[in-house]
Amino acid sequence: MMRFIFPFVLFVILAGFLYVGLGLNPREVPSPLIGKAAPAFTLPQLDDPTKQFSSQDMKGQVWMLNVWASWCAACKDEHHVLMGLARQNIVPIYGMDYKDKREDGMTVLRVSGNPYTLVVSDAEGRVGIDYGVYGVPETYVIDKQGVIRYKQIGAVTLQALNEKILPLVKELQAK
Amino acid sequence: MKYLLLILLSLLPVCSYAGEAKDMAEDPVLEKRMIGLAENLRCLVCQNESLASSHSELANDLRREVREQMQKGMNDKEIIDYLVTRYGDFVLYDPPVKTSTLVLWYGPFVLLLIGGGMLVYQLRKRKSQIKETDISDADAQRAAELLNDDTSELPNQSKDSQA
Repeated sequence: MMRFIFPFVLFVILAGFLYVGLGLNPREVPSPLIGKAAPAFTLPQLDDPTKQFSSQDMKGQVWMLNVWASWCAACKDEHHVLMGLARQNIVPIYGMDYKDKREDGMTVLRVSGNPYTLVVSDAEGRVGIDYGVYGVPETYVIDKQGVIRYKQIGAVTLQALNEKILPLVKELQAK
Repeated sequence: MKYLLLILLSLLPVCSYAGEAKDMAEDPVLEKRMIGLAENLRCLVCQNESLASSHSELANDLRREVREQMQKGMNDKEIIDYLVTRYGDFVLYDPPVKTSTLVLWYGPFVLLLIGGGMLVYQLRKRKSQIKETDISDADAQRAAELLNDDTSELPNQSKDSQA
């Protein structure tokens, strides 16, 4: 009997590993930036490149930084989620138009709506590198001290918003 | 004249592209060093490709970044640290030994030890299970005779094998 049980247990363990492995998302690379200070940046605003926006202006506030682009398909999936969040007026969403043409970014916002308090343009993608962006959309939750608390890789889903982002935002705002 | 201008205009984007390429080749030593470093780094977009071979936009930007940092005089370790602080150990094809990677580094050896131990255990167990059967002196002698038999005493068999 023993000689059957042992291989069977081994098989179950191996199958368990494979099953868990199948559920993992290989595109989701954990960010080393969580718990660290958000890299400071100063970038021109999308609607008016003569005006600059600095991340230092956000000290003392909990805010979200959403990295998006007009060429990004998944950004269209999360757009309505962000629109809904913006309507609730809970947390300011700042957009970063990543490696995009200014006109293209403006067109998207004009046609499908603008959920952002303000949008900056990172045309060369340099600030994106500082934030470890490797696939848009990516969304960061940054606390009052300017520390990155959460990173959503890929589109913000309603589930992620309700289960993770909003509870976190409320907790951080209460601090 | 108008046509000439048109032709020249149509060449414009080609010219600017050539300009970029020249920029890279300006310092072949640096370019070689950059490629050497990027071959050991993983592209985050095409995850099974190195930063050196990936054609993704991000890989392009990161190569540019690495190139610029080399021009600034940063050494390889500083550049790798720069990338790791942004993208994590994931960018390294050669992950460092630390608590989260212990299983990765030493797991195979542990498995080898377990396998070796099990093999030794099974062989020992089998040895104790197989008992030497006692045979009488007469049988032993007969066996020895049979084993020492000259093949010439079996003419039929040797003939058969020749046929």
